[in-house]
Amino acid sequence: MRANDVRRIVLEQSKRAGVGHIGSALSVADIVAALYGGILQIDDPDDPDRDRFVLSKGHASLALYAALHLRGWLSEDELSTYNADGTLLGTHPEAVLRGVDFSTGSLGHGLSLGAGSALAARLQSSTRRVFCLLSDAECNEGSVWEAVMFAAHHDLSALVAIVDLNGQQALGYSRDVLDLSPLEARWRAFGWDVHEVDGHSPEEISRVVAGLDTRAGPPHVLISSTTFGKSVSYMEGRIEWHYWPMNDEQYATAIDEVGG
Amino acid sequence: MRATFIRTLVELADDDPRIMLLTGDLGFTVVESFAERFPDRFFNVGVAEQNMVGVATGLAEAGFVPFVYSIATFATLRPYEFIRNGPVLHRLPVRIVGVGGGLDYGSNGVTHHALEDIAVMRVQPGLTVVAPADFEQARSALRATNALTGPVYFRLGKNESNTIAGLDGRFSLGRAEQIGSGADVAIVATGSITLEAARAVAALVDRGVDASLVVVACLSPAPIDDLVAALGSARVAITVEAHYASGGLGSLVCEIVAEHSLGCHIVRRAVGDGHHGISGSERYLNGLHGLSSESVVATALEALDRVATARQERA
Repeated sequence: MRANDVRRIVLEQSKRAGVGHIGSALSVADIVAALYGGILQIDDPDDPDRDRFVLSKGHASLALYAALHLRGWLSEDELSTYNADGTLLGTHPEAVLRGVDFSTGSLGHGLSLGAGSALAARLQSSTRRVFCLLSDAECNEGSVWEAVMFAAHHDLSALVAIVDLNGQQALGYSRDVLDLSPLEARWRAFGWDVHEVDGHSPEEISRVVAGLDTRAGPPHVLISSTTFGKSVSYMEGRIEWHYWPMNDEQYATAIDEVGG
Repeated sequence: MRATFIRTLVELADDDPRIMLLTGDLGFTVVESFAERFPDRFFNVGVAEQNMVGVATGLAEAGFVPFVYSIATFATLRPYEFIRNGPVLHRLPVRIVGVGGGLDYGSNGVTHHALEDIAVMRVQPGLTVVAPADFEQARSALRATNALTGPVYFRLGKNESNTIAGLDGRFSLGRAEQIGSGADVAIVATGSITLEAARAVAALVDRGVDASLVVVACLSPAPIDDLVAALGSARVAITVEAHYASGGLGSLVCEIVAEHSLGCHIVRRAVGDGHHGISGSERYLNGLHGLSSESVVATALEALDRVATARQERA
């Protein structure tokens, strides 16, 4: 799965629907492409023993819908209902949609869902794994750290968190709003197996995940350095693209830049 | 009630490997029997109720039936959004067990008094809300809800000995239990405070008042038909709950009376807001808030007088 195919769908659907959250979805496009392009062991999204994916930063839902579409689990017609009246594809994902494991959108919720899911896998003697994608600013939420402590205490080795470290949040740069640095040291101090990766290298993400011991030892986190709005030059690193929709000219530029 | 509940849970868990028990580091001398019998299915998750409910949601999605246990305020209010976006939104069989509904933790202070849990839990769609009146009813309620595929909230008391005469532990989903006939007055109660309500009914009957006790242990789904029947045949209904007046049993009864155009006069006895920060024994606080049997009797007699006077004036 090509990350720029995910990006192209993100741009097309955002433009059609006239909505924002574009920068956040572009930020995770490579991570989502790596997951759905090979890491996640899901032949059938209804198989109870499939790997699980929790998009804890639910506002990047469009990247997830794009991946589900590219895997063939979501038709073009369904995808094109994004953000329309009566759709199952809201701007935050709902588990009633086939392929979405958990409904998310309230930040700070997903990692505890993932911890429970990983604990269930162990109790059921399954080797399935649970991947949970968080935003960096989501780590402002205290409940994230409750789950971090729980997962480490119980050695939930099947749990792999990926933090989208783009340094931005809704109203500002994270270092100015509530500084989380050094984020990798904090997760390490809580007992996690920490890996710093380039969040725009699906190859590196895949290689690191392949080397994880998901059957024994502590849970894992990939602190993934990313650029907010990645691949669209005028969005990169710009706070306003958390919420803004694109006009026609901006859309044409964006599509051109991601190689649409 | 909580000891009986856990004993019953152990019995159920013997036959049902899906059942798990998670505690937020509470339940000393209560949860041990489960922990010892099923060490692989028991987790003290620490003092972290949001994570407890989140973990339970993840477990339930994979087929388990996790019970999460804490004091009622901590089990409902702290993780409320996790309950809403977790088992409620995903329609999963997480069981939330709140101990000390109402003023049970009297001298522990207001932080430990669960006074709005029924209100906030009963508004959630598909969340079954149960507040047993005594330990026998707690046992039947647990058994009656075990097969439910959606979430359940159990509001438990600490009383392990007294029982409601004539109730005999009966519990049915979406039903209320009426004891006596009650053409004059129906005393409608939920949870542990039902014991005071039952004493009030006995005292009223001794005075020649035709009073009945209506035990509402299942608050959601609401026992609409049973309440319409009970309230339709009574001149006065007194609701009795160890809960704030807004949103709980009294509100539920008012909704049903209004929606069914019943002529029954309602007086809500509930916890007021005029005693800020005051602690004391459960018995003391019940008296302070007008929830003792004596207060309920006085309230019922006043209400009957008021209704009679109003009828005379109209005549």
